[in-house]
Amino acid sequence: MMDSFIAFALPIFKTISMLILIVAYLVWLERKVAAKMQSRIGPYSVGSPHGWLQPLADALKLMIKDDAVPKNADKLLFTFGPIWIMVVSLASFALLPFYFDNPMLNVDLSLMMFIAISSLIIIGIFVAGWSSNNKYALISVLRMTAQIISYEIPLIISLLIPCILIGSLSFGEIISFQEDTWIIFYPILGQISFIIFMISALAEGNRIPFDLSEAESELISGYTTEYSGIKFALFYLAEYVHLFGICVLGSIIFFGGPNGPIFTSNILIVIKALLFFTLILFIRWSFFRIRIDQLLKFNWIRLIPLSFIGLLLACLARYYVDFN
Amino acid sequence: MENRVIERDFGDLAVNMGPQHPSTHGVFRLKLYLQGERINKVESFLGYLHRGVEKLSEKLDYDQLPPVLERDDYLSPTSNSLGFCNAVEKICDIKVSRKASYIRVLVAELQRISSHLVALGTYGLDLGGALGGGASLFLYCFREREKILDIMEDLTGTRFHTNMNQIGGVRYDVTTESINKIKKLSKDLRPVLQDFANMVSKDEIFMKRTKDIGIISKALAEESGGSGPIARGSGINFDVRKNKPYECYSEFNFDIPLGVKGDAYDRTIVRMEENIQSLNIVDQITDGIPPGDLNSRKPLKSSKLTKPPKGSSYFSIESPRGELGFFIVSDGTSIPYRMKIRAPSFSNLSIVDKLLPGTFIADSVVILGSLDPVFGDVDR
Repeated sequence: MMDSFIAFALPIFKTISMLILIVAYLVWLERKVAAKMQSRIGPYSVGSPHGWLQPLADALKLMIKDDAVPKNADKLLFTFGPIWIMVVSLASFALLPFYFDNPMLNVDLSLMMFIAISSLIIIGIFVAGWSSNNKYALISVLRMTAQIISYEIPLIISLLIPCILIGSLSFGEIISFQEDTWIIFYPILGQISFIIFMISALAEGNRIPFDLSEAESELISGYTTEYSGIKFALFYLAEYVHLFGICVLGSIIFFGGPNGPIFTSNILIVIKALLFFTLILFIRWSFFRIRIDQLLKFNWIRLIPLSFIGLLLACLARYYVDFN
Repeated sequence: MENRVIERDFGDLAVNMGPQHPSTHGVFRLKLYLQGERINKVESFLGYLHRGVEKLSEKLDYDQLPPVLERDDYLSPTSNSLGFCNAVEKICDIKVSRKASYIRVLVAELQRISSHLVALGTYGLDLGGALGGGASLFLYCFREREKILDIMEDLTGTRFHTNMNQIGGVRYDVTTESINKIKKLSKDLRPVLQDFANMVSKDEIFMKRTKDIGIISKALAEESGGSGPIARGSGINFDVRKNKPYECYSEFNFDIPLGVKGDAYDRTIVRMEENIQSLNIVDQITDGIPPGDLNSRKPLKSSKLTKPPKGSSYFSIESPRGELGFFIVSDGTSIPYRMKIRAPSFSNLSIVDKLLPGTFIADSVVILGSLDPVFGDVDR
């Protein structure tokens, strides 16, 4: 009984602690890269060299802060929101084969299931924004819902294009398919689907130029306006966990996962995900924010037709060419 | 069963922007009535930074006033004291030496660049947020502005409120080393400013966010008393430096950049081009400052001895934000009887009520930022 529980719980514990460590240093990496881009130094004095203890200090500071709940907020939902977001974004990692050779949850439709789980995040965000009884948060979650619902379509289609070529929705088969050639190197289709994936991942991960729900120039800080302390830390952490999940997904689907030119190892997934994350960082720190109507227009008029064209091409390619 | 549609009007959602809001450029309160994302109605509230400068000036001697007035428009302090000193010199009929005039213009033009850099940087924050590309633009602008502040420190010992202008002339001389430093600065700054201009004018998202947003027609700019980059962005060819030349501006060659449409994009581009023109003026000054006295008045033992004759005068200059005017009534004593400041930010800001209705909530920030108000100047 105890042994089987440990066998069940140990991988979960390992994955979560590994993830939190990675994410804490993603924040540090982001701050350092941003500082470099803006001719600053960035975190430096907390821990030598280069403020490597900064994530720890940040986490500690947020944990010991007073937990303030607005007077007219729905107290239950106000607490439920951040917890839900954190749980969901961690849960999606059960499907990703990034730490162990086999994912904890090994199903045939693992890609679909990953998308299904990670799209539950919007529930937590909506609950958080709605329950904090704040007008800015309300406008923010209305925007966020419209944005996520719109951008999920191109995101899913961009992931379907490789899946049609491969003929499977399971991460295991997707990875073994790419042993020789990564999906990104397939002419036209690989690049189209990657560009669509990149754009919609930015929108899904709530990054500039699509970070409309946090638009602090008009909405203070969106749905997290009323949050502080450990609850805010959960939001912050969950955002990065989700983003890292998208990066891992991108590295598996488009960059061959653990397949490398010289050796094959799961550490390559993390390295590729970090490179992908750095690319997102460069985009974030060099663009302005787009407006909500322009965002939706861009999605419905440009991105979705393009993704459907890609899907059609993929179907034709699959029909005429034998990839296996 | 009858198909009934229940229509309920929940009214508009009233949202406060300010006085404490991350992007109101100071303490300004806009009450926005929203219908979804659109703004239906706007109410604006002023006076959160009212410091009573005009009343205060009825208690201080003329010679004590320039440093106080420099706190008025705190992004271009020299313009304020320049306007005031000129107004007093007009009553007293003091002629400033050419050398002093050159130095005044030098400091004023350098500060115009630093002020426009702040305007562009904070505009980046409005557009891209403090956690994105906007912050990068902001920090680039402040990095370059820092160099100008170093020059100010070199010239006067103060980085910001330079206190250079005095009634009758200037306080500090300009050494040859300073001139060389300014020449080097001008050489370094030119390509950087060009980079900034490219950064905004070639950026797809910047154009999407600012083009056709907050269009100020010529008529609207004229009837609201708009001046400076706001009027010039709408194509009104009015610059006090050209139209009513003061100091030694008539001796310099420079152009007045004009916008076409009068939208937020044009106003930003006009500011960027004005920077280049200011550098041209600075270059012409550093080519040779004529010899002369620093101050054409004899040194006085007490500030109480400055007593302009009875009468009044109005003098306006071109501050980075537009026409900055000083109206002074003197009753023959050492303190002004009344002083009125014609603040350019105030007139420019009065347009905001007419621009906002019908736009998106995200545009309200962009429009307000494009007017570049300084609330020390608006509320005085």
